Amino acid sequence: MAVVFEKSKVLTDAPLHYCPGCTHGIIHRLVAEAIEELGIEGRTIGVAPVGCSVMAYDYFTTDFIQAPHGRAPAVATGVKRADPENNIVFTYQGDGDLAAIGTAETVHAAARRENITVIFVNNAIYGMTGGQMAPTTLPGQVTQTSPYGRDVETVGYPVKVCELLSNVDGAAYLERVAVNNPANVKKAKKAIKKAFQNQIDGKGFSLIEVVSTCPTNWGMTPEKALKWLEDNMLPYYPLGVYKDIYAEEEAK
Amino acid sequence: MGEKVLMKGNEAIAESAIRAGCMHYFGYPITPQTEIAAYMAKRMPKVGGVFLQAESEIAAINMVLGVAATGKRVMTSSSSPGVSLKSEGISYIAGSDVPALIVNVQRGGPGLGGIQPSQSDYFQAVKGGSHGDFKKVVLAPASVQEMADLTATAFDLADKYRVPAMILADGTLGQMMEPVELPDSAPKAFDKPWALTGTKCQRKHNICNSLYLKPEELEKTNFERFARYKEIEENEVLFEEYLMDDAEICVVSFGITARVAKNAIVEARAKGIKVGMIRPITLWPFPEKVLRAAADKCKAFLSVEMNMGQMIEDIKLATECKKPVYLCNRTGGMIPSPEEVLAKIVEINEGGDR
Repeated sequence: MAVVFEKSKVLTDAPLHYCPGCTHGIIHRLVAEAIEELGIEGRTIGVAPVGCSVMAYDYFTTDFIQAPHGRAPAVATGVKRADPENNIVFTYQGDGDLAAIGTAETVHAAARRENITVIFVNNAIYGMTGGQMAPTTLPGQVTQTSPYGRDVETVGYPVKVCELLSNVDGAAYLERVAVNNPANVKKAKKAIKKAFQNQIDGKGFSLIEVVSTCPTNWGMTPEKALKWLEDNMLPYYPLGVYKDIYAEEEAK
Repeated sequence: MGEKVLMKGNEAIAESAIRAGCMHYFGYPITPQTEIAAYMAKRMPKVGGVFLQAESEIAAINMVLGVAATGKRVMTSSSSPGVSLKSEGISYIAGSDVPALIVNVQRGGPGLGGIQPSQSDYFQAVKGGSHGDFKKVVLAPASVQEMADLTATAFDLADKYRVPAMILADGTLGQMMEPVELPDSAPKAFDKPWALTGTKCQRKHNICNSLYLKPEELEKTNFERFARYKEIEENEVLFEEYLMDDAEICVVSFGITARVAKNAIVEARAKGIKVGMIRPITLWPFPEKVLRAAADKCKAFLSVEMNMGQMIEDIKLATECKKPVYLCNRTGGMIPSPEEVLAKIVEINEGGDR
């Protein structure tokens, strides 16, 4: 029988701990496939965050380091600068990690045009700790720590990371994608692969924001969560390329 | 040894680090240690190394963690408030079993404190100073020469035992100039099979991690780490004894205050007082054995420190409170004078404290 699909060899055989319907599994696969297709497995070093994807180091066959909460871009800076010719370095971070506690590390790694790849999973909630309000939680969204819905009058507004970083001169490539349907998964794959290719080419800081679901903590079935993402997340976090300095240069 | 040059203590640390093969420095400006960063900014590009001014102390220590995980020698430096910010990262470095050097050129505290010299981070340095069960090697130089020498020692010990090492200096040592002979021998090489260098598709992936969700596993790693600490305690204690052969009063002091105390001891000896000094060079591991032995010979101890009395607790533990331990201290950036120390020695010799 013809083989039509195989798990990327950049993924280990460890069973993923993610909840049913969680999109981390798809995103892990896309990252692994990009690394495999680019032939950089042997020189890639991943940086795991604190949060649901903290154990990413068990799931990829590449070398891996686990960073303190929010500090992945700083740790990645160290790993990259240790051997910039060889090391391909990516961080894999959630919204609480990247856009709350790690805001400074994110902005300044971008400002330095640090030649790393950042995979940013935005599911509008703190998953690992059981569903608290995140920096990207939508206005009115109910979480454990916004039980009456996010009240922007008292806790402020969500942080739009791609929009924010598009004003940072150092950021080279910023794209927001989603993995809610096969067409978007394909687009996400392309963006992730480009973010790694940029690093290989020495083009500097690339960040891919993946709008994702958290059925467990949103209190929805996986199917309903995808619908909720389409109806609520995507209007607030529009998909697309927010910055691509090399495409802009070419266009000139 | 190489040529003799006149240098500031901070610069001696920086130059010695480069000579020890440290090609990566990450820091953030803070008085009174900024000369280290300034020196690195000037020198690193010339020797093919990396100097990077981070956005914060927190970022700097995490950059250190990143390089350390790749097996390369790396350091950061700061002063007291900045070291507090680094403490989370230091715990991760210890928990991930990677070597790194952290320099603390202390200033007065707490809070923003002051910018004058202090030794008030002793507890923070030797008692862990961050969350979790861990220790770091802490070296206390007392001269510009030792700033250079102990920097090389710190890198070797960090590599040998896969632990963070700290140089605990102070603003005086950082700023003062003395002649120093810089090491010119090749740095020691250590085998680092754990380093993240990329698998080259030829080995199983290396993971640098401090997370163990199973308590049995976390306990095991802590037990293993403390077995290594035991080896450090047995093999790596450094101290200096000064006029201890017939001493009845034993001064205990580290860093710059040991220099002050030495002057007082010379004066006291001139008055016929039998006083000597044990100067811990490693604050952890603490020279417990030599102090315990001294407790059988001496009638009293005097801790001279620039804080409200921190090392004095370790002296009492080491000597098992067999003899009284007195304190001569200034704090907040004030340095005790030799006269103050002498007065205390005379007082103790005459039969008591105050």
